[in-house]
Amino acid sequence: MSGQTDAALPTPDKTADADILLRVEGLKTYFYTRKAVLKAVDGVSFTVRKGETVGLVGESGSGKSMTCLSIMGLVPTPGARVVEGEAWFGGADLLAMNKQDLRGYRGRRMAMIMQDPQTSLNPVYTVGNQVSEPIRLHLKERGERVMARVMDALRAVRIPQPEVRVAQYPHQFSGGMRQRVVAAMGLSTHPELLIADEPTTSLDVTIQAQFVSLIKDLQRESGTSVIWVTHDLGIVAQCCDRVNVMYAGRIVESAEVRKIFKAPQHPYTKALLNSVPVKGVKRERLYQIDGQPPALESRPSGCPFWPRCPHAMDTCKEEYPPKTSTGGDDFVHCWLVEN
Amino acid sequence: MTGKKLHARDIGASAAPADTASIGRQLHTALSALKRAPLVPTSILGILISFAVFAPLIAPHNPIKIDIMANLTPPVWHEGGSSQYLLGTDKLGRDVLSRMIYGSRLSLSLSLIVIFLGGTTGVLLGMISGYLGGFVDALIQRSVEAMLALPTILVALVFVFTFGFGFWNVVFILSPFIAARFARMVRGETLSIKERDYVASAKVIGTSKAGIILRHILPNVANTVIVLATLEVGHLILVESSLSFLGVGIPPPNPAWGLMVSEGREYIATAYWISLFPGIAILAAVLSLNLFGDWLRDVLDPRRKQL
Amino acid sequence: MASYLLNRFAQSLINIFFITILVFLLARATGDPAAALVPDDLPEAAVIELRARLGLDKPLIHQYWLFVQDIASGDLGMSIKGHRPVIDMIIERIPATFSLALAALVIAMAMGIPLGVLSAVYRDTFIDRVAKVVAFLGQSTPPFWLAIMLILFFGVFLFEQGLPSLPVSGRGGPATYIMPAFAMGWAVTAGVLRITRSSMLDVLDSDYMTMARAKGLSETTVIWKHALRNALIPVVTYFGLIIAAFMNGSVVIEQVFAWPGLGRLALVAVTGRDFPVVQGVVITVGVFLIVINLAVDILYAFIDPRIRYTKQ
Repeated sequence: MSGQTDAALPTPDKTADADILLRVEGLKTYFYTRKAVLKAVDGVSFTVRKGETVGLVGESGSGKSMTCLSIMGLVPTPGARVVEGEAWFGGADLLAMNKQDLRGYRGRRMAMIMQDPQTSLNPVYTVGNQVSEPIRLHLKERGERVMARVMDALRAVRIPQPEVRVAQYPHQFSGGMRQRVVAAMGLSTHPELLIADEPTTSLDVTIQAQFVSLIKDLQRESGTSVIWVTHDLGIVAQCCDRVNVMYAGRIVESAEVRKIFKAPQHPYTKALLNSVPVKGVKRERLYQIDGQPPALESRPSGCPFWPRCPHAMDTCKEEYPPKTSTGGDDFVHCWLVEN
Repeated sequence: MTGKKLHARDIGASAAPADTASIGRQLHTALSALKRAPLVPTSILGILISFAVFAPLIAPHNPIKIDIMANLTPPVWHEGGSSQYLLGTDKLGRDVLSRMIYGSRLSLSLSLIVIFLGGTTGVLLGMISGYLGGFVDALIQRSVEAMLALPTILVALVFVFTFGFGFWNVVFILSPFIAARFARMVRGETLSIKERDYVASAKVIGTSKAGIILRHILPNVANTVIVLATLEVGHLILVESSLSFLGVGIPPPNPAWGLMVSEGREYIATAYWISLFPGIAILAAVLSLNLFGDWLRDVLDPRRKQL
Repeated sequence: MASYLLNRFAQSLINIFFITILVFLLARATGDPAAALVPDDLPEAAVIELRARLGLDKPLIHQYWLFVQDIASGDLGMSIKGHRPVIDMIIERIPATFSLALAALVIAMAMGIPLGVLSAVYRDTFIDRVAKVVAFLGQSTPPFWLAIMLILFFGVFLFEQGLPSLPVSGRGGPATYIMPAFAMGWAVTAGVLRITRSSMLDVLDSDYMTMARAKGLSETTVIWKHALRNALIPVVTYFGLIIAAFMNGSVVIEQVFAWPGLGRLALVAVTGRDFPVVQGVVITVGVFLIVINLAVDILYAFIDPRIRYTKQ
């Protein structure tokens, strides 16, 4: 298992806390277009512990998907590049690795589920063929054992009649089933980390619930860590142990899930929570956060949220607030909370 | 578009519905956009068009006047060449350069006439077929497809056998093929345009079918029609020159480029210039038209940017 | 899939009907069809018999029916000049045209597909620009002129310099195929390149490509297994057009290289006023193209599983 890089320099063991699986530090991923530099991810740091489910929450354009793609080394080239940052996984920096080693990690120790199951499966190959690929590649199985594993994987995600389904094509599956197939593809090698990038967004509401509970069960059984990227706070409440709130390419608040809901620190987090209609609480009208998230090429200086923040001060417009710890691993970036 | 990575170019290209009133505006933007056109193809096209229009003024010699004494003169840079005949003369002593210049007249006029005849028919048929649907559509579409399944040059041979060759015969043969190509493309466009909101609102206020077709559908297919027309002119030049080369297109003594190439064939080893230069003219013309048409396509419909 | 195929089949029948009617009418439009269709040096009795058989004094519809029957049974009439059944002459020439078309196809694919893949994968780089130039040139070069220039260089010039040169006419060993096949394939290369490139670009942007990489597959596998097969689907549909382009191109190329194929046969027959031959070649080639296109439609249905299993 290729887990160590061939760095000449001694690498300080950044996974000192024994149960930290992934530690991302100072990740910056920029898009280079002819007109401007778009800072999709602008300094993101967070950790994921073993067996933990971490939520990555934010509006579209906040950089959540790009963060995940950056960790996996799947940033779309040409055009985008990881400019800075480290991603320590099992004692090695994913972002400093050569492509070959990184491929050994992908699909084996970390897996990914994407948003649209219709387009994430190759239409011209059977489901069995596609699910078997990581099994063949990483688990090095051959012959009948491959098929056996494929069936196991399909059964694990509760696809009925796997013997029949295995020879079918993606378009013969419904949306929810397809997403399960994708999950099977990812989990067949029992990875340590699963990145789920809004996997339920394009599913029907009822199917969503099924899928979420499926992932929860699988996660509990296998102890896989999960990064749930979503804009749906309901899912966050259901699955996550910890939540990172992203805005304009940065994490503005990170806290344990109960704390986030009970005592959010950052004005953006508060606004997000307020905008979720709560059963039983009567409201005049739905609360909406005023304004729009800033366009990638025109982010305001200082704290990017200040144009929409009801408590914006002068300092907010000038300087980005530093990290302030709010207890344990939790932190927030806000001048209002600064010690 | 879920599932595809968003590029900067996907965002922002607007498809505002056109109507007859805005055509004036579009023309104005088009003309000013021409300034940004790719230099080389546009210049070559400009040269060719001026050759065609001003041939009698530009050409140094009469293209069909025979002068046996001066036959097979090499181009000016060879030994035995003369500055009188810059690109040499053919077997009958006719100046290659002058014939080439007049040839542009033939090629361009033929192509334009065919595009006009075939194009208008095809666009009309395409819009009618696409908009009306049903039996009319089936009839037109099936015929168009049958037409497109025909091997052009071979059918032209049969036609020529029956009716003989010549400039107008070629026009007559090629127009239906062009009409079929336009019809197929316009029908496809019409099918998607007719689902749009402004068509629905026109229907609601009681506009007649003909009115909708002319006032709403036509301006919106205009862009793709223009691009196709540009590309088809190039294609036509190739087909017509092939027919003339074979001797079943424009007849001698006309200075058709294809004909010139075939006339020079027997002298290829000794007087290569007779075949070489007209062929270069064809290549230059078609290449510029293709490049120009390609640029035009990018300008008029940036979302469909292709090779 | 069934309704899709039925649709294509019906269209093919219409196409066959169309071309036969067209040729039929054009023959009758010469004023005196007998002059076109009946050899002029036959004895009087035979002429009368032939006229009766062709039904030249019967109503047009009846004639057409006889015409179709003849074609279906393989009787394409008698060559006026050659005094032989047209069908025999055609069969003799098929291998020449067919083998040339095959050679041209191989060249076009061998040049077009890899260039298309490379220019998509390395989009906007030097390779891509070279490929674009190749594509534009290919589409704009008049094939007859290219053929002559090839002869000029590889046949005449090299020969005069005492270097090994290529044979300039006639069909013989592999060396005789090189120039004609290249001249014919060059124009098509451009089309193959463009289609491969554009469909590769579409595919490269797809989510399943990211997923394939996310599974840790090597870039080679990702491109050649996952991308290419999807990208080739539109190329297959281009096949029919390629064959059509070859049939058209063969008339010109065979003429330049004195290649004993169908195209040359038709051309000689036109100048020689031998209508049955012209008619025979055009119908044979026309029907052949229609059949090929139908075959391509069927093939397409099988390659793309979405068509195979979806109700239309």
